[in-house]
Amino acid sequence: MPIQIIIEKCTGCSLCIKACPFDAIRIMDKLESSGSASDSRSHKKAVIDLDKCNLCGACVPACKLKAVLLEKAETAAPNPSLKDYKGIWIFIEQKQGKVQSVSYELLGKAQELAKKLTTQVSAVFLGNNVEDQLDELIWHGADNVYLVEAPELANFQDEPYTNVLVRLILEYKPEILLCGATSIGRSLISRVAVKINTGLTADCTGLDIDPEKKILLQTRPAFGGNIMATIITPRHRPQMATVRHKVMQPMAPDKRRQGKIIRESFDPYVYTSRAKLLDIVDEVETLVNLAEADIIVSGGRGMGGPENFKLLEELAKVLGGAVGASRAAVDAGWIPYSHQVGQTGRTVAPKIYIACGISGQIQHFVGMSSSKIIIAINKDPDAPIFKFATYGLIGDLFQIVPALTKKFKETLRK
Amino acid sequence: MNIIVCIKQVPETTQVQINPETNTLIRKGVKSIINPFDMYAIEEAVRLKEKFGGKTTVITMGPPQADAALREAISMGIDEGILLSDPAFAGSDTWATSYTLAGAIKKIGGFDLIICGKQASDGDTAQVGPGISMHLDIPQVTYVKKIEEIKGGSMRVERMTEEGFEIIETPLPALLTVVKEINEPRIPSLRGMMKARQAKIATWSQKELGLDSERIGLSGSPTQVIKIFTPPQRSGGQIIPGETQEVVDKLVELLKGEIN
Repeated sequence: MPIQIIIEKCTGCSLCIKACPFDAIRIMDKLESSGSASDSRSHKKAVIDLDKCNLCGACVPACKLKAVLLEKAETAAPNPSLKDYKGIWIFIEQKQGKVQSVSYELLGKAQELAKKLTTQVSAVFLGNNVEDQLDELIWHGADNVYLVEAPELANFQDEPYTNVLVRLILEYKPEILLCGATSIGRSLISRVAVKINTGLTADCTGLDIDPEKKILLQTRPAFGGNIMATIITPRHRPQMATVRHKVMQPMAPDKRRQGKIIRESFDPYVYTSRAKLLDIVDEVETLVNLAEADIIVSGGRGMGGPENFKLLEELAKVLGGAVGASRAAVDAGWIPYSHQVGQTGRTVAPKIYIACGISGQIQHFVGMSSSKIIIAINKDPDAPIFKFATYGLIGDLFQIVPALTKKFKETLRK
Repeated sequence: MNIIVCIKQVPETTQVQINPETNTLIRKGVKSIINPFDMYAIEEAVRLKEKFGGKTTVITMGPPQADAALREAISMGIDEGILLSDPAFAGSDTWATSYTLAGAIKKIGGFDLIICGKQASDGDTAQVGPGISMHLDIPQVTYVKKIEEIKGGSMRVERMTEEGFEIIETPLPALLTVVKEINEPRIPSLRGMMKARQAKIATWSQKELGLDSERIGLSGSPTQVIKIFTPPQRSGGQIIPGETQEVVDKLVELLKGEIN
C-alpha cells in the first residue's frame, strides 16, 4: 500500500479532504471495539479511496498530525552517476531548414536556468544544410551547438531523430533537455524519454531550479488548467520537459556572443526510418500559423456562416495575426478543423486573443486561457466569456469588427 | 487486420469546477467518460475492421470502474475489452503507463495496428502513444487525420502539423495517434449496447502480465508530483461601454502599445 492513514494519529479533522484535488478521501466512522470513548469525534477517521487516489501527496503536508504516510518511491541508493550529467540542452526544431520560434524561446529560458546552475546551454540541431542558422542560435543563448547534418535529417522523422538524439544524450550526458511541445517535439521526445529511461513532463508553463537540490522544478497545468502541478525527476537524467509556443521569452539577440560548434555524424543505419515521409503539404493560407501567432482573431457560432469569416481575416491581416475558431464554427463546417482552438483543437497563448461571437464555454476557455489579453465581442451580455475577458465589448460584431479593422488600419499606419 | 485500441477513462471535464472555499476540484457526481480523442481511435478501428475484417481489441489501464469505458467501446463495435487493473499500477506516470500498456499488447500479440487518441483530456501529455511504440519498437505516426490507403503490409496516412499536413507511409505493425478530423464517432446501436452488456471483460493484473515490478506504478515512474495547487483564476475584466465607434476607439487606444 503506497499511501495510508495512520489510524492512531488521525483525529478525523478533515484537513486532508480539503487538500485532496481528487476527492479521494472520506471521513468514516470507525467502530472501535472498546466502545467506551465518550467523545464521538475520536471515532472519525480519514479513509483513502485508492481507486481515486493519484498518490500526488497533497494530503501529506496538509495533515497537521502527520497521520498520512506516503511511501516515496526512492530507490535504495540514489544513483551516484547523476552527478555526471551537466548542462542544459535545447532540441532545436527546424522546418524546411528554418529554426522555429519556440526554440529561441527555450534558449532564452535555458540561459536563465543555466545561471542558477552555473552551467552551459547547448543547442542540439539536426538537419541538412542548416549552417546559416548557427550564428542566430548562438546570438539567442546557445554556448554550444551540437550539429548533426545528413540528407536523411533534412525533415523531421520520428525514428532517425530519436536514434540521433538518444546517441548524443548517452555520449554527452546533459542534465536537462527541453523541447517545444509541438507536433514534432511531442512526438519525438516521448520516444526519447522511454528509450533513455527517464522522466518527461509535458507542456510546462513554469521551469525553475530548486535552489538547494539543484534540480528542475517543472510546473504544468492539468485538468484543463483547473489545477497546477509541480513535478520533478529525482532519480533519472536528463530531466526532460516540453514547453508550448509563446510561454517563454527569447533573449534579445546579442551578436557579440561566441559559441562552439560540435559536429557529429553517425553510421547510415542510424538515419534509417521504417516510416517514410512522402510529402509535406502546407495549408496555411495566411502567413501566420496559429501556434506562433501573437494575435489571434477567432470566430464562433455568432459568425452566422462561413462567408462572414472574411471579416475576421481582414482584421487579422491588419494586425498581422491568424484566424481561429470555436468548435461550434468548425462543426458547422464554416472553417477547417486546423483553425479550431480549444480542448479538441489547438491550445494557443497569443498576446491578444479577440473572440468574436464566441460564448466562452469551458472547452474553448482551456484552449486560450493563457492568452495575455482576451477581448470578447458578443451581443449577449450574459455570455460566459465576459467573466474572464480582459476587455468586453457588448454589441453587434458585424459592426464592431469592421470598425476595428478600419481604426487599426489608421492607427497602425502612423 | 488485427487492431488494438488504447483508451483512458477521464472525468467529463465540462463539469470540472473549483470549490471556491477549498480551492479543490469538485469531482462529486462528475461523470466518467471515454477520453474524447479515444472515441476517434475506436471509430477508426471499427471502420477498418468493417473494411478489412480481423479482430479489434480495446485495452485500458485504470480502476475497476474503467470497465464501463471498455463496454462503451464494445457497444460501438469493438470485439473485445481487456482491463489492466491492479493497485500496483497506481501512481503511474506516462513512462510506467506506456510500459504497462505495451506489456499487455505484447501479451495479446498478433496485432497489425495500434491506435490511440492524440492525448487524454485530463493529463494532456500526448506522451503515452509514442511511449508505447518505443517500448514495442514499432514505427509510429502521430496526429493522423486521415488513412489514405492500406495495402501490402503498409499504410499511407496524413499527419497533421502546425502548417498543414505530411503524407507518411509506414510498414505494419505500427502505432497511430489520431485527431478529431479523422472521423465522426458513431452512436452505439441497440444491438451494440446489448452486446456490450453481455460482454466478458478480462481483467489482467500484474500477476497475469508479469512485468518488471520496478517499472510499474509509482516506483516505476521517473517523474514525481511534489506539489498541486490552484492557479490564480482569470478574473473578468472591464466591459467597455458606449456606442460602436466609441468602444472601438477606446479598445484600439488600449491595445496600441501591445501591437508592434
